[in-house]
Amino acid sequence: MHLAKLLFRNAFRHRLRTSLTILGITIAILSFGMLRTVISAWYAGVDASSASRLVTRNAISLVFSLPLSYKERIRQVDGVQQVSYGSWFGGLYIDEKNFFPNFAVETEQYLKLYPEYVLSPEQLAATIRDRKGCVAGRKLAERFRWKIGDSIVLKGTIYPGEWEFVLRGIYRGREKTVDETQLFFNWDYLNETMKKTVPRRANQVGFYMVGVTSPSRAADVALAIDRLFRNSLAETLTETEKAFQLGFISMTEAIVIAIQLVSFVVIVIIMAVVANTMAMTARERIAEYAVFKTLGFRGYHIAGLILGESLLITMTGCILGIALTFPAASAFGSALSAYFPIFNVAPSTIWLDLLAALLVALVAAIFPAWRATTIPIADGLRRIG
Amino acid sequence: MAIPFSYSLRNLWTRRLTTVLTASGMALVVFVFASILMLSEGLRKTLVQTGSADNVVVIRKGSASEVQSGIERAQAAVVETEPQVTLGERGRRLLARELLVLINLPKRGSGTTSQVTIRGIQPESLLLRPQVRLIRGRMPRPGSSEIMAGASIARRFRGGGMGEVLRFAMRDWTVVGIFDAGNRAFSSEIWGDADQLMQAFRRPVYSSLIFKLADSSAFGAVKQRIENDPRLTLEARRETTYYADQSEMMATFLNILGLSLTVIFSLGAIIGAMITMYSAVANRTGEIGTLRALGFQRRSILVAFLLESLLLGLVGGCVGLFFASFLQLFTISTLNFQTFSELAFSFTLTVGIFYKSLLFSLIMGFIGGVLPAFRASRKTIVEALRVT
Repeated sequence: MHLAKLLFRNAFRHRLRTSLTILGITIAILSFGMLRTVISAWYAGVDASSASRLVTRNAISLVFSLPLSYKERIRQVDGVQQVSYGSWFGGLYIDEKNFFPNFAVETEQYLKLYPEYVLSPEQLAATIRDRKGCVAGRKLAERFRWKIGDSIVLKGTIYPGEWEFVLRGIYRGREKTVDETQLFFNWDYLNETMKKTVPRRANQVGFYMVGVTSPSRAADVALAIDRLFRNSLAETLTETEKAFQLGFISMTEAIVIAIQLVSFVVIVIIMAVVANTMAMTARERIAEYAVFKTLGFRGYHIAGLILGESLLITMTGCILGIALTFPAASAFGSALSAYFPIFNVAPSTIWLDLLAALLVALVAAIFPAWRATTIPIADGLRRIG
Repeated sequence: MAIPFSYSLRNLWTRRLTTVLTASGMALVVFVFASILMLSEGLRKTLVQTGSADNVVVIRKGSASEVQSGIERAQAAVVETEPQVTLGERGRRLLARELLVLINLPKRGSGTTSQVTIRGIQPESLLLRPQVRLIRGRMPRPGSSEIMAGASIARRFRGGGMGEVLRFAMRDWTVVGIFDAGNRAFSSEIWGDADQLMQAFRRPVYSSLIFKLADSSAFGAVKQRIENDPRLTLEARRETTYYADQSEMMATFLNILGLSLTVIFSLGAIIGAMITMYSAVANRTGEIGTLRALGFQRRSILVAFLLESLLLGLVGGCVGLFFASFLQLFTISTLNFQTFSELAFSFTLTVGIFYKSLLFSLIMGFIGGVLPAFRASRKTIVEALRVT
């Protein structure tokens, strides 16, 4: 009890300095938390992907397509439960700034493969019935204030022309980690238009989505599919959805690593600031510590005092920073929903925040504590701040 | 009468630990600040210098980049008749019909795959891009399965080196040459004969046409002619604009990231400087009183303390810059979201960035020191001397 009181009183002896330090820690922990959240948002696509779905695409690269005729052959592979297909459409809504992912998919089977996209049966039926029907995610519909029945025009980048769609359904995510910013429309609409305009691009799909009977068979099924089409004009590359998503991230690895490094740098900066505060505190109180020692307190008492004070200051800042992370993340997430469809603060981020604060408190207290405990009493009493 | 400069210097020297801690916090901030500026600069250099202003790139209307574009042979022939296309030796038109596709290649070492750009070229392609130099081997012969790789590809990808063989599109392609385009996007590309590649990839359309203007100022007229021709569904851009557009998203991303990090980090460093300076003032109240009693003006006291914190900032700035300059040895390779292909660029330090970083560190020192310095100069002599 007395100890707590002493720590608290000591910590706030220099009100201005302590408040500045706490403010610094708050900012540091806040930015550390935000940076970690950016990294986890980067990996959101991987975390949300399932191990029982496979993606089959052209082995050369994603810009090449596969013939529609592969569908039935893939379906015959042992261990395949259902097959759907789609193409990355890459259309623009009004202009480039409004980017969102949009796909042409074989709607019925595709949405069965993704039980996490929750869409009412009536809306699904309406989408399939209407050749120009499309389904948008909840966040996307909110972003552009679309209502069911609205007409949406996308400018084609890969498939030339202006494409008109009618919003027939709005899907929700089953969990918080589901991307609700995508748009799907009927692949048949795309294909029939292509038949009329560019016949050589008709009956070509960008990728096949394959549902396997059990995740344990995924690897064998993938190999079996690729074996089917070896040495054909369009060789395939099949991997789990997770691996497919990771492939994208590994290409932007450099950026992720940079953000990770920077998130540690901010901790080091604040370490310097807190260490500085503690060094000053100890320097000013050397004489007091000498008095303590004279009274019979041991070195570890004094070290405990300094460490306790450091912990008190750091943890106050840390808790404030964590409290601020949530509103900041939701503001940031809604502002940059085009880049980061999912932006949630993970529990692991909070633990990392606390760990970082603890580390800062310890490192900041080491040197002053060592100096305060080792200085001879006579020297301590002689010193003037 | 001003307080001697050495007073500020020696004060910093006396409290070495505090000085080192504060300055190192600032050094880290300057390091981050400089490194992000260097990255942006490197990216700008790589993409903006890639093109030359006299060249025109023609792609399909509505496609954001060459990768998505497709130009039929008939349309290419129409563009070729454009009177503004420069005539080269023996009356050949300086126009290249090019093909651009992406393939996945495994990296050396880690084996992770990345998307690499393959460009099908014609003999004119090199004349149009004088910045591309062959550094080893020879040019691929037209009509053969030979390719040449950019220096950055040769270094980083399996099978990209001199004499090695890459397998894609059901054929083996021999690397017979390595070319270098300095710090430009071409260095991350593989070049081969356009017609051979079109056959292999079974892609009967070109991706882009590139030609040199006979008269650079005629671009507006050429653009109008191409875009208003009812036979064509194409758009024309200057090559420089084209590459700047391609990196827009990446540049914006870097700028947003850089700005937000700089603001947040500098807040931390400024707070550190403030703490240091406030306690310096508090510890030296007696000294300040003495100085005032000796007849120094309030202004001199203010200047002396400001100098001290500016010095702190300068030391941090120099240390941060010193370490940031070593970043020039590194190259960052990442995926360009807009073109979907691998892009490599390096940290570039310019004189401008050097001065900006130093100025930034001084500003941090100033903001951190201005309030404590005011507090120091406002103390009354009697009160200041009473404190023991």
